Amino acid sequence: MSCFSRTSYTEPVPSLLAITSEPLDLERIAAVLAASVGADAGADGAVVTFLGLVRNHNQARSVRYLEYEAYEPLALKTFERIATEIRERWPSARLALHHRVGRLEIGEASVAIAARSPHRADAYVTCRYAIERVKQIAPIWKREFFDGGDVWIEGATADPDDERARAEAERAACA
Amino acid sequence: MRVTVRLFARLRDIAGVSELARDLAPGATIGDVWRQLAREFPELARYERSISSALNADYARMDQRVSDGDEIAFLPPVSGG
Repeated sequence: MSCFSRTSYTEPVPSLLAITSEPLDLERIAAVLAASVGADAGADGAVVTFLGLVRNHNQARSVRYLEYEAYEPLALKTFERIATEIRERWPSARLALHHRVGRLEIGEASVAIAARSPHRADAYVTCRYAIERVKQIAPIWKREFFDGGDVWIEGATADPDDERARAEAERAACA
Repeated sequence: MRVTVRLFARLRDIAGVSELARDLAPGATIGDVWRQLAREFPELARYERSISSALNADYARMDQRVSDGDEIAFLPPVSGG
């Protein structure tokens, strides 16, 4: 299975790691993750999923909708890096991670993550770690359209080699 | 030599284009490309300390040298998720 193609939900088998302009489907992502584990799937005892949603307010602004954009080839390599970090730190855990781009309405999902492992502790931790790392290092941006204007949201300066940031993500995940 | 520069989010809005080509002297670094752009588009200068850069779709440092045909990207602070 390819980990790098742009996923279309009309494809029979979507990728584990993807940037897509189509609505996200958490059930589908969890199923793809299960299929990717193959015969070992029976050894897993937990799947934790996360869905990030477009919220109708931010910093006292009434949000109308968001537009996401990504530097796609680098974003996919960054997702692969996050999956590798997880394999190194939690060897029994497996990850699927999809991020949406384009215009998203209030309540729609911008990011979907599924993490599975033999025991629930690692599934919870790796799911949280993945979203923390996405926010730190994935080359993805959101532009917020609110009542009265619009603004690019700017969070962290992306530096995958910043060990302090990585440790911070791990601390948040393990808290 | 000639490189392609890609700009994202607010950086693209400032420059008014998402992609541009620039001619460079041999031995130029990513930082040289950035400084050239910041002279052209002074509003970019305030991003000097907060941008990340990429070379051929891999994160790279500003002191990295570029080659003919390379794609250089400048990334403002990210906000995915």
